[in-house]
Amino acid sequence: MNNLINLEKKINSQLTTKINSSKVKHEQLYLNIDSEDIIDVLLFLKTNQATKFKQLIDITAVDFLENEKRFKIVYLLLSHELNMRVLVDSYINDSEIIPSITKIFPSANWMEREVFDMYGISFKDHPDLRRILTDYNFDGFPLRKDFPLTGHTEVRYNEETKKVSYEPVKLEQNYRNFDYESPWEGTKYIKEQTKK
Amino acid sequence: MVKQTKKLNLNFGPQHPAAHGVLRLILELDGEVVEKADPHIGLLHRGTEKLIENKTYIQAVPYFDRLDYVAPMNQEHAFALAIEKILKIQVPIRAQFIRVMFCEIGRILSHLLNITTHALDVGALTPSLWGFEERETLMTFYERVSGSRLHANYFRAGGVHKDLPRGLLEDISEFANKFPKIIDDLETLLTDNRIFKQRNVDIGIVSKQDALDYSFSGVMLRGSNIPWDLRKSQPYDCYEQMEFKIPVGKNGDCYDRYLCRIEEMRESVKIIKQCIDKMPKGPIKSFDGKITPPPKKELKESMEALIHHFKLFTEGYRVDKDEIYTAVEAPKGEFGVYLISDGSSKPYKCKIRAPGFSHLQAMDYLIKGHMLADVPAVLGSLDIVFGEIDR
Repeated sequence: MNNLINLEKKINSQLTTKINSSKVKHEQLYLNIDSEDIIDVLLFLKTNQATKFKQLIDITAVDFLENEKRFKIVYLLLSHELNMRVLVDSYINDSEIIPSITKIFPSANWMEREVFDMYGISFKDHPDLRRILTDYNFDGFPLRKDFPLTGHTEVRYNEETKKVSYEPVKLEQNYRNFDYESPWEGTKYIKEQTKK
Repeated sequence: MVKQTKKLNLNFGPQHPAAHGVLRLILELDGEVVEKADPHIGLLHRGTEKLIENKTYIQAVPYFDRLDYVAPMNQEHAFALAIEKILKIQVPIRAQFIRVMFCEIGRILSHLLNITTHALDVGALTPSLWGFEERETLMTFYERVSGSRLHANYFRAGGVHKDLPRGLLEDISEFANKFPKIIDDLETLLTDNRIFKQRNVDIGIVSKQDALDYSFSGVMLRGSNIPWDLRKSQPYDCYEQMEFKIPVGKNGDCYDRYLCRIEEMRESVKIIKQCIDKMPKGPIKSFDGKITPPPKKELKESMEALIHHFKLFTEGYRVDKDEIYTAVEAPKGEFGVYLISDGSSKPYKCKIRAPGFSHLQAMDYLIKGHMLADVPAVLGSLDIVFGEIDR
């Protein structure tokens, strides 16, 4: 824990202008940066003698639909030598194209492809930015919050044409999303009253 | 005179017995030498992460069984730990021991399947016949404790679902005593087998640096002589109290990874034995009625218990606003859960970090310059399961 706080201080002092905020929680270090600094900060974390975060664990994004900067992109790094983890995140716009880090970590290739596939975030200078998990010719970005859980198309094997056919989803019953919270807390107007 | 050669594109899979699932591998061949491999994945994509976002925390647990369906409980462990860390729940010591014991059973399940099917891919049939018999025994332990052989749904935030049934510990103990002999038998079939060695030694070598660069974890990392195991370096539950060694390889080839897995099974047996010897008595889940369901008996008498029960199985428990990454040492490598909670009873975001994803990514690097016949050997030693890669 103390090591992490020391590390936080060290990183903050060397990258003063680039770190927006930092905190230590759950035995991990959280850093928030601007999207144009992604390359610089990650390269620093990988190569600096004091940090040595040599392994990229994962890249993912989070969709905050109502925020002005809609997406948050998260990089998870691990240092074997220091036995520490760091989460680097950055808020980005809907249309923003962010730099690819495949030059720093080769394993970022598929991870960025997955983020592109699921959220539609594009990466600059990525060697091979194709969809990865979804079907060939898939349309839409499934993990965005405005993408319906049921999807848009369903497939079945068509006996007449002897091939798989794509059709719009038809549900016998609408998807029911129960809101359990209101009866427990009281209805909405009571909640608002108690808040005041 | 220049000889004219034509490159051949070969479609390996999606239905190939040696692809260990639904992998479509597009190989570019020059004669019999592989020049490029392009894995197409996602044929088993079920949208697990999207589904979890729409389910309560309790309902999300079964999805973790369906990721790496060879060792289900290890996945559940990562999810349970993530919630426990956010909610700061103390897990009773008996529950920790039960969880560790079943994680090690999962490790043996996974390694047994991998070693034997890997052997099958390179031409040995008998190991799989022997190995699957033991897997069946282990799956009966799963069944006795959770009710199902594969999709256990047994771990909960705050402990486990139910206590061990009577007589189970004795039977696991009996298994742990006789299992090392079976590993020995398996080794007589494979370790010094000339064909097995010819197919695996010096195939798919991974250097230390590349293992780090390609985000390898688990046996793929240890096979390349990097002694890194989350059970030792970032111990969770009661792994701190266990005594075990971390086997590492020397050359980082397929054969070393096979040896690592064999040794890890032996270490797992040791951990299981220690768990049985030290297994304390006591509760198996946290007493917090807001998180774990009350005992059935109390439902008839206590109004509070009834309310808790009703609320837990309709709304589910709420998890404070937080962001966390937790990882466990699953049989295949580092399995992680990146969880964002927003204070409601459903996760806002749950990213699953599957070890096989980055291992398969390195397929092109591993197989370049090798022969076509080495593809199954390398795939086998990667230990890929499509449930976790495609999610």
